[in-house]
Amino acid sequence: MDGLITLLPQLWVAAWETLYIVGLTLLLGGFGGLVVGLGLYLTRAGSILANRAVFGVLNVLVNTIRPIPFIIFLAAVQPLTRAVVGTGIGNNAMIFTIALAAMFAMARIVEQNLLTVTPGVIEAARSVGAGPIRIIFTVLLPEALGPLILGYTFIFVALVDMSAVAGYVGGGGLGAFALLYGWRQFDPVVTWAAVLLIVIFVQVVQFLGNRLARKALRR
Amino acid sequence: MPAPTPLVELRNVSKVYPATVKGAPDVTAIDDVSISIDAGDVYGIIGYSGAGKSTLVRLVNVLERSTAGQILIDGRDVAQLPERELRPVRLGIGMIFQQFNLLNSRTVARNVAYPLEVAGRDKADRTKRVAEMLDFVGLADKAGAYPDQLSGGQKQRVGIARALASSPALLLADEATSALDPETTHEVLELLKRVNREFGVTIIVITHEMDVIQTLATKVAVMDQGRIIERGDVFDVFSNPQQAASARFVSTVVKGLPSQPELDVLRARHTGRIVTLAFRSDTVDQTRVFGELSRDGIAFQVVYGGINEIQGRPFGHLTLALTGDDVTIDAALDRVRALTTVTEVR
Repeated sequence: MDGLITLLPQLWVAAWETLYIVGLTLLLGGFGGLVVGLGLYLTRAGSILANRAVFGVLNVLVNTIRPIPFIIFLAAVQPLTRAVVGTGIGNNAMIFTIALAAMFAMARIVEQNLLTVTPGVIEAARSVGAGPIRIIFTVLLPEALGPLILGYTFIFVALVDMSAVAGYVGGGGLGAFALLYGWRQFDPVVTWAAVLLIVIFVQVVQFLGNRLARKALRR
Repeated sequence: MPAPTPLVELRNVSKVYPATVKGAPDVTAIDDVSISIDAGDVYGIIGYSGAGKSTLVRLVNVLERSTAGQILIDGRDVAQLPERELRPVRLGIGMIFQQFNLLNSRTVARNVAYPLEVAGRDKADRTKRVAEMLDFVGLADKAGAYPDQLSGGQKQRVGIARALASSPALLLADEATSALDPETTHEVLELLKRVNREFGVTIIVITHEMDVIQTLATKVAVMDQGRIIERGDVFDVFSNPQQAASARFVSTVVKGLPSQPELDVLRARHTGRIVTLAFRSDTVDQTRVFGELSRDGIAFQVVYGGINEIQGRPFGHLTLALTGDDVTIDAALDRVRALTTVTEVR
């Protein structure tokens, strides 16, 4: 317990770093996932921009990247990370890598949520002369908003999970904190403190996500 | 005076779907259909599920592409227009659906405003038009409600308001009442009648329910396996269907001709001769027919039948059991045959 008290300043810094990593990756990966997910949805057979080749490429890409365990993915894309971010280690390298992995995970969730929109509603929009861009912004996204919010809430937890690995590549956050001061110093109390904070984060975000989704669904 | 251009004209239109399984034959959904619909018509297209009605109606606003033929809207062939050029065409064609297809994320008023947004009308203009349309369909008090707070009939009325917001000349109704109960169906059909009468909107009604045609349509085409097998004025098709499929549809709403089991019952009950007479208000004078029969003292009683009315014109069939000697009856029936169709039941 004494150990934890002396470590409190580091714990707050780590908590802040986790929020920073997760927040930015949610933004970047979430946006990328939305774009790729829309791409999957719109180009699938029978959809408004059906395109076999584009759908095939996106589909294979998502299916290939999504199942790779994150810690292996992290190592595998490090050359790309170095090329883009300038370094393969630290928080920014982590953010790039997590956002990339999250993008493909989120793409599938977005695609599935968009598939819940009744095709008839899209047909109704087409029947009054709406084009694809208008349909995306006035029909697809608003009609799927509730499930999409829940999807993003779900991915938030996955992002917290991925961010915990940051410690291995010289990044910060609660994962690194727990590894460094809890696990390696044989002080489970310190580890539990990190776990507690993560649980609180997830609870708060899940609560907010549920509320927002309910509002969007008006239930 | 030359005949006016039909509002909608399909010339030898076909729609073939490529086979989904390799080696299987292609599926012909629409097979060389030609149809001409004048402005102001309420044109019913009836057929069983899978006859191709829904595909046909989607060819008109090119939600689906035809594989052959011409589709003329107001004289202009739209079949091959690129998607971008189709959008203004579609603004002139409203459409309502069996499942209503309202946007659940929008209020009633914003659903009705949707086509106006697409048309680029300004906000004040939109608000005014939405109020007019909601007033017309009797849902002014529901402007702020969401679709999931409405009943089926109310949803379809919103659908109608939305379809008419951009003042189209043509309305496509795809099984618009098939998801509604009889009472609500009646309300929606009355509303569609008003749409035709008050706004002069031409309506194409797709349905598998003959009573929808009976209530609403002025002309009807019967579809079977992607082809139109019979067409004409609703009165003509109802009073004298030429094809077996048409007759089956007609019999769902017009009771007049006894079925075979009913004939057997009649046969067992009446030992004399039984005949079925067809009546059409414009061609057959009932008084004269009965006059001819009773002139020679033939006794008769009506044992089956019904007189129906389409567009204010009565028609129907009456089955009579006749009593009298054969020679007199034959002579009387010959005279009646000059007036109407006589079918003798054996």
